[in-house]
Amino acid sequence: MRWMFALLLAAAVSKENVIQVTAERFKFTPAVIQLKVGEPVVLELTSLDRKHGFQVPDLKIDETIEPGKVTRVRIVPDKAATYDFHCSVFCGSGHEEMAGQIVVSP
Amino acid sequence: MTESRGRREFMQLLGLGGVVFASGLAGSCTNILRKGGAQEDDFFFVQLSDSHWGFKGPPNPEAANTLRQAVAAVNALPATPDFVVFTGDLTHTTDDEAERRKRMREFKAIVADLKVPLQYYMPGEHDASLDQGKAYQENFGATHYSFDHKGIHFAVLDNVSDPAAALGDDQIDWLLADLKPLRPEAPIVVFTHRPLFDLAPAWDWATKDGSKAIDLLQHWKNVTVFYGHIHQEHHFKTGEIAHHAATSLVFPLPAPMSKPKRAPVPWDPAHPRRGLGFREISVDESRLVLKLKQDSLENLAAVQTGAYETGF
Repeated sequence: MRWMFALLLAAAVSKENVIQVTAERFKFTPAVIQLKVGEPVVLELTSLDRKHGFQVPDLKIDETIEPGKVTRVRIVPDKAATYDFHCSVFCGSGHEEMAGQIVVSP
Repeated sequence: MTESRGRREFMQLLGLGGVVFASGLAGSCTNILRKGGAQEDDFFFVQLSDSHWGFKGPPNPEAANTLRQAVAAVNALPATPDFVVFTGDLTHTTDDEAERRKRMREFKAIVADLKVPLQYYMPGEHDASLDQGKAYQENFGATHYSFDHKGIHFAVLDNVSDPAAALGDDQIDWLLADLKPLRPEAPIVVFTHRPLFDLAPAWDWATKDGSKAIDLLQHWKNVTVFYGHIHQEHHFKTGEIAHHAATSLVFPLPAPMSKPKRAPVPWDPAHPRRGLGFREISVDESRLVLKLKQDSLENLAAVQTGAYETGF
């Protein structure tokens, strides 16, 4: 039974969209992440240069992105909205501009 | 946790653009402010912030001048402050470690002209976050410390050497040990670079574990926090603790979350020093009432001719 549940869970997870997001001084790519209400997604965050942060204050998300590692963030959009995100680890002159948006459409 | 108050509720505009903000250390003692006649026990100090020495760019094409102008303006005050405190971002960040140290040496050479013998410094993220405060400590010493001055306890907190904008448990423990001997009604002033409260997390205007420090400080009745980072005046209360942000010496930033991005307010050649300045904080003999006066660098000519109005 437990094995069956694990398979179902794996199947469910595998159906979720995965979006690759890279961080580098001083930008995220993509800077605008498009999601749809009710469609769970996993963001796979990687750094192309140094340590960065990925903070979405309105979603209570605050993760660090270490070079050479993948940081996964699962989001289940429950309403149409736009959420700002930014780098929360100071990374140099231009850090203040390192930001983007998650846009959830109906 | 928070209680906001509009600035206009407190402020009185004086001549030459000087603005006075009267605030009890306990947050409710403004009725015992005196309007004039300094007493021997009164004293005042000056807060300067965010000079970003080394910055070059359109937000302030004259950035190489404003720190010197601020030093001249402080030296021209009718009375000498007991001390000055710089609340961080003394220099603008650079990846070049040699250049970082050069900027710090240049900053020190400029502020050496201050006629105020007692000076306190602390880092901003531009000074310390890329090397966890190494170059800063070489040039200015400890990044967090405390001192007593004429009956007030001052604590300087470092929320920038960790590039993730945290104080860290060790510093929180240090703060508790530092304050523990003080009586509950002791007047306490905290200096920090970033706001300790969540002013605008989406703009990185917060301290990750600032609520721990605030929760700790709430155990004392007379606490005021002065900080920088946001390049503008801002006044806020968390419980009984007043938090006052300072203007910068390089370029102003927009009001919190008032724009899509926290980009600098565009430079106005007709008013090249608009939004830049420093703050005088006077303390009455009770040590429970602080009086804040904003001095604009835009009024520098008035300062130089002595036509300058103080708030105490």
